[in-house]
Amino acid sequence: MTMTIKHHISDALLMGYAAGQLPEAFSLVVATHLSLCDDCRARFAGYEAVGGAVMECAGAVAMSEHSLAATMARIRSAPAPVSRDAPRRMGIFPAPLAAMVGGGPEAVKWRSIGMGVRQAILPTENGARARLLHIAAGQKVPDHGHRGMELTLVLQGAFRDETDRFGPGDLEIADEDLHHQPIAEAGEDCICLAATDAPLRFNGLAARLAQPFLRI
Amino acid sequence: MFDMQPCEKPDAPFVADAYAASAARTVTRMGRVTVTEGRIGDDWAALLIRVRDDRDEAAFAALFRHFAPRVKGFLMKSGASAALAEDCAQDVMAVLWNKAHLFDPARASVATWVFTIARNRRIDALRKARRPEPEDLPWGPEAEPDQQAALEMQQDTERLGEAIARLPEKQRVLIERAYFGDLSHTEIAAETGLPLGTIKSRIRLALERLRHKMG
Ligand SMILES: [Zn+2]
Repeated sequence: MTMTIKHHISDALLMGYAAGQLPEAFSLVVATHLSLCDDCRARFAGYEAVGGAVMECAGAVAMSEHSLAATMARIRSAPAPVSRDAPRRMGIFPAPLAAMVGGGPEAVKWRSIGMGVRQAILPTENGARARLLHIAAGQKVPDHGHRGMELTLVLQGAFRDETDRFGPGDLEIADEDLHHQPIAEAGEDCICLAATDAPLRFNGLAARLAQPFLRI
Repeated sequence: MFDMQPCEKPDAPFVADAYAASAARTVTRMGRVTVTEGRIGDDWAALLIRVRDDRDEAAFAALFRHFAPRVKGFLMKSGASAALAEDCAQDVMAVLWNKAHLFDPARASVATWVFTIARNRRIDALRKARRPEPEDLPWGPEAEPDQQAALEMQQDTERLGEAIARLPEKQRVLIERAYFGDLSHTEIAAETGLPLGTIKSRIRLALERLRHKMG
């Protein structure tokens, strides 16, 4: 919570999340960053307020004649809602990520994809894919470009690429214009949550051949 | 489909008949929101607080008459049939009753809060999708009820609605389409020029106080 975050969620993504229009994998990354960043949480409140104003002005449509009585009957007949325990933070995983993984970092089933990189694909619905990446300290990730948008949120350690340094809590938003070769900083291994809405585009032949097996 | 009128002033003040006589002494049990005579901006919040604290059905009926048709309209503009929208709007209002204890007028206006419930219902019913939520913060009721903060939040939200109404038509329609779920995440551009700064600063301050308390 006291981390210094330099790279934040874009306005467009915040509005998309407030409007409920992001694929689940992107919502997961945004919700995880919001759990770490009070600045973005406060900006997000503004975009939810826009939703309230839009709904207020969008035009009312008359409810059916006995709708209020029907709703009261619904309230009375429904069992009192069980207040479930809110999901909790587990180690370096904020609550939304811990809920998706079903535990903290020790619960992740990593698979090595070679080159000092391990990954775990998360069970998000179709449309975009989320995965956790574990990159050994000092390790390079294969040189790649993007067909769509790639969000990468650092949870531990740090990486650098052509654009900047990304430490814990930082979010890199890469689009088709960015072609990069991230490298994990020396010291601590780097753990990231990443989401893509289209397969990455690798440049090296080896990585390209391996891509169908990596599912990234 | 998106031919709505610019929003005029939010509804005329609505005070349920049962309360007309007592509007001047409506300090809630927890003392969090006071409706003073002549101030109407926080009426919805005061009614919701009555639902929250007293399970007050007349206050709920007043909220229902205002918000249920707007939720229904919102869901129909989002692509729901009239029957589905009616059903979901009743659900949304039932959630408002059941989760009233989570409402905090210093953090959101009633319209904003109802919108978030309607949005989540739409994601369930129309997109059949899931939406991970940010970590819950232990906001809790403050020992010192902050009526001023609550009042200011309601006013900020009203001003935001007025600012949206004044936007050039094309820009306003784009914002509405984004919130009706008519734009994909790659089509949304958020260069709105809307005055979101005051709401942001207010929430930021509240978060700082909270972190200070937790720390
Ligand atoms: Zn941020």
